[in-house]
Amino acid sequence: MTTLRIDNLNVSFSTEAGPLHALKNVSFDVPENRIVGIVGESGCGKSTLINAILGLLADNGSIDGGSILFEGQDELTSLPSSRMRDLRGPRIATVFQDPMGALNPVISVGKQMLNIQYRSTLSKDEKMNRAVEMLELVRIPDARAALARYPHQFSGGMKQRIAIAMALMMEPALLIADEPTTALDATLEVTTIELLKDLQQKIGCSVMFISHHLGVIAELCDDVVVMYAGEVVERGTVRQIFQDPRHPYTARLLECDPARQSERTRHLPTIPGEIPDLRARPAGCIFANRCDLVSDACSAPPPDKDIGDGHVARCIIADCPEETGVTA
Amino acid sequence: MAELWRPIRKILREPLGALGLFLVLFVIFGAVFADLLTSWDPTKINPRDRFQGPSANHLMGTDQLGRDLFARVLHGGRIALFVALVSTAVSLVIGIVLGLIAGYGPRWLDNLMILLFDAMKSFPTVMLALALVTLMGPSLTAVMVVVVLVTVPGYARIIRTQTIALKTSEYVTAAQSMGASSARILRVHILPNVIGPLVILASMDIPVVIGIEAGMSFLGLGVRPPTPSWGSILNDGFTNIRDTAWIAIAGGVPIIITTLGFTFLGETLRDVFDPRLKGR
Amino acid sequence: MSSDPILKVEDVQVSFPVGGFGRRNSILGVAGVSFEVNRGETFALVGESGSGKTTLARAVNGLQEISAGSITFEDQRIDELDPRAMKPVRKRMSMMFQDPVGSLSPRMTVGDLVTEPFRIHGIEGRNLRDEAERLLTLVGLPTSFDSRFPHQLSGGQARRVGVARAIALDPALIIADEPTAGLDVSVQGEVLNLLNDLRERLGLAMVIITHNLHVVHHVADRTAVMYLGRFVEAGETEEVFSAPQHPYTAALLSANPEPDPDKTHDRITLPAEVPSLLARPSGCEFHTRCPWAQSQCSFDAPERHVTDERVIACHFPLAPGARPPEQKESVLS
Ligand SMILES: Nc1ncnc2c1ncn2[C@@H]1O[C@H](COP(=O)(O)OP(=O)(O)OP(=O)(O)O)[C@@H](O)[C@H]1O
Ligand SMILES: Nc1ncnc2c1ncn2[C@@H]1O[C@H](COP(=O)(O)OP(=O)(O)OP(=O)(O)O)[C@@H](O)[C@H]1O
Ligand code: SF4
Ligand code: SF4
Ligand SMILES: [Mg+2]
Ligand SMILES: [Mg+2]
Repeated sequence: MTTLRIDNLNVSFSTEAGPLHALKNVSFDVPENRIVGIVGESGCGKSTLINAILGLLADNGSIDGGSILFEGQDELTSLPSSRMRDLRGPRIATVFQDPMGALNPVISVGKQMLNIQYRSTLSKDEKMNRAVEMLELVRIPDARAALARYPHQFSGGMKQRIAIAMALMMEPALLIADEPTTALDATLEVTTIELLKDLQQKIGCSVMFISHHLGVIAELCDDVVVMYAGEVVERGTVRQIFQDPRHPYTARLLECDPARQSERTRHLPTIPGEIPDLRARPAGCIFANRCDLVSDACSAPPPDKDIGDGHVARCIIADCPEETGVTA
Repeated sequence: MAELWRPIRKILREPLGALGLFLVLFVIFGAVFADLLTSWDPTKINPRDRFQGPSANHLMGTDQLGRDLFARVLHGGRIALFVALVSTAVSLVIGIVLGLIAGYGPRWLDNLMILLFDAMKSFPTVMLALALVTLMGPSLTAVMVVVVLVTVPGYARIIRTQTIALKTSEYVTAAQSMGASSARILRVHILPNVIGPLVILASMDIPVVIGIEAGMSFLGLGVRPPTPSWGSILNDGFTNIRDTAWIAIAGGVPIIITTLGFTFLGETLRDVFDPRLKGR
Repeated sequence: MSSDPILKVEDVQVSFPVGGFGRRNSILGVAGVSFEVNRGETFALVGESGSGKTTLARAVNGLQEISAGSITFEDQRIDELDPRAMKPVRKRMSMMFQDPVGSLSPRMTVGDLVTEPFRIHGIEGRNLRDEAERLLTLVGLPTSFDSRFPHQLSGGQARRVGVARAIALDPALIIADEPTAGLDVSVQGEVLNLLNDLRERLGLAMVIITHNLHVVHHVADRTAVMYLGRFVEAGETEEVFSAPQHPYTAALLSANPEPDPDKTHDRITLPAEVPSLLARPSGCEFHTRCPWAQSQCSFDAPERHVTDERVIACHFPLAPGARPPEQKESVLS
């Protein structure tokens, strides 16, 4: 069974200058027991996707079509908000991009960790112990004393780890993590990744993991979804994406990673050009204005080409690897 | 325009919110157009027409002095709304200023002000009203001063708590790092972010204010006769409740309608725009 | 190294009160740190999460009182200045914060946010609209963004607004706390190239705090590694990266995730227990986790050894490419 199946999802925001199409025909699966990584340009709609799944789109946002099916039964796009509230937390836990926003600044961390266990039948002491245990798992020093402290008394990375601890405490079926390791140093990042992997196997949950750190994605994830300007341009297993990228955007993105530059350089590679205006999406390929391999045929919407073994790329030349100019 | 419509549409989607909005508009309409809705003078005494039941001439009947109750209810609404709006506005301003100072200022000042707020809060409203009326004599002003004294501590505390929360937020730190003065930080970065929930809570307090005005007038501590007030109408009704129930009804029903209207509206506002406030 | 320091930090300490069980205690978030940053130089601070990097940055910026030491910026002691006297300094030194969206005032538009420095400093004779446009273009945001609110931005877009604001007044020093967290690698490149351009054109000096070691490797001239509020190692970036001498540095560099799913990592794993600032370990503060620790390390704190190329605090500096010895239980417990 797939934990989450997203099919042809469209989301737009109404703005003064007309509707902004933040997600266009997004489809992919989060299979049971797998970790799916999502990468892509800043502003390509990753957080919007999460908010759509959780029913937390901003006031001016709306789902214009498509479906989000959770555990084969709950259609999240049309779920009553009370049922959605029941799912959020215990079944779908989320670590949000902004660790400060996720913690209430005027309530102590311990109290917040007790509060989220409100459904549990454990005694208060047992709940406290569980909170301490989780904080120790994410390597917060002095875990018991930390419970009495307030969020601003922790460093950025500590807040992020506390948010992870709170999400995992719920033992959810699906864990959504939006850039959960940006404020962690390399050793902790690796420890956290390993912790996530361990717990994921122990609880048997699926994970949707968003990160710009390609190294982390490569190390943690089973599958990868590459997004650009609100579209899924390529998806496949982590090896397919990192070793045999077929969409020119994926290839460029991987090339820009400073980790791939063995020579020290002050001038880092970038993808020249701008993301198109999402209020007036081009009729053809969304990447055409920045693509080196663009041809006349790209002015029609490119099909999702199936390369085999679940590897799919939205580009007309995806099935001719010698043409994508990939240097993997 | 669309910006204005969206919140209203949201309120109308909730049945209680729609009802609340309707009731509130109904009361406001009556108070604003009191002079057009009736030609009776609310203070004119007509000994010949005492204790008339409701009729086409006197829609709600008359009281023990023969004054038209419909006119008195409409004009009483004016007083009630005037007290509610003016004193709430004054309370908000004072509460915001005190709350910002307590929340952003030094620790000792905060402690001192919290002590002050708690002291004010623990003083029973009735005692406060009696003490003030002894000092100032019964009047509309006395009512408003009581209302302000009763509501300010609550508002100031909310603003204080939120200010403390925002004081350590990264955007306030960012403003400090750019060299912004405390006054600028309070005005530009903190105030706009704490005022929303307060306005919602204040709208939920309006029934309380109206209750205080009616209560004080009922006890003869508020507006002075012959000025009409729902509280004094109610009092007139109670003295003669055995034979002429309509007087008490004329004074009581508007209070109930207004209270329900503002409560429904306030709660809907809260649920729709700031669910975090629930349980405060 | 040419010696024209724009910023000089000497033995700075920052302590925080912590109210534990009725007693008043305090912890040292920064426990004595010294460094200099030259004009046009990029200085990177890396280290464990919670090791005091942000606290140190805030102290330099005057947002956090220091309990010992001194800070000199453009030949002026700034750690004792009152807010009024500090204001002109803030024009010359700007700060970028760790949280991209959280550091933007939520009810202000992007246009107001990027021109806020002009308004704070009462700079006349400039058209704020033009300035907003200029700054937005500079950081690669469409000018139509000036009417957006922070919650309508993606994390990366908010980050660019932060950059625009930091460079608005042409500062001489930028302190950037995680300037590229939340950016995709292409935009990350753009932001870093932009900062680098400014460095070259205006002689901008930068202190950059980041966990992204790949970024540090490329952009920083010198790098300092922090552990429990102190520098354990500092030196030219290239040398620190190619031959780390402190065991913590070696462990940190070996952990760096690489974008290759088949890469086998030869990591130096550290025991999990991160010491508490309330009970700092005796001797070398890293000995509770150090794979190379000897018995001497548990009672004898290593001197900070300063040479021209390297600052290092360890009794047994590592040779290049050293691997941890078989881990001995007795030392670790
Ligand atoms: N409430 C809103 N109103 C209008 N536009 C919005 C709103 N929220 C997001 N957007 C726009 O939608 C697009 C997608 O934003 P989103 O936050 O999902 O990006 P993201 O992929 O999470 O980026 P990042 O990696 O930088 O966090 C962006 O162009 C953003 O400006
Ligand atoms: N206001 C405060 N009160 C008490 N302790 C604090 C306060 N601010 C920070 N600390 C403590 O000081 C230490 C250093 O925090 P700091 O934020 O400087 O770490 P950091 O190196 O920036 O970490 P990260 O990389 O996770 O952001 C942490 O242990 C933190 O808990
Ligand atoms: S469809 Fe054309 S423009 Fe689009 S990515 Fe492929 S080659 Fe480039
Ligand atoms: S002094 Fe000893 S414990 Fe400390 S880092 Fe060096 S070898 Fe490790
Ligand atoms: Mg995002
Ligand atoms: Mg930090």
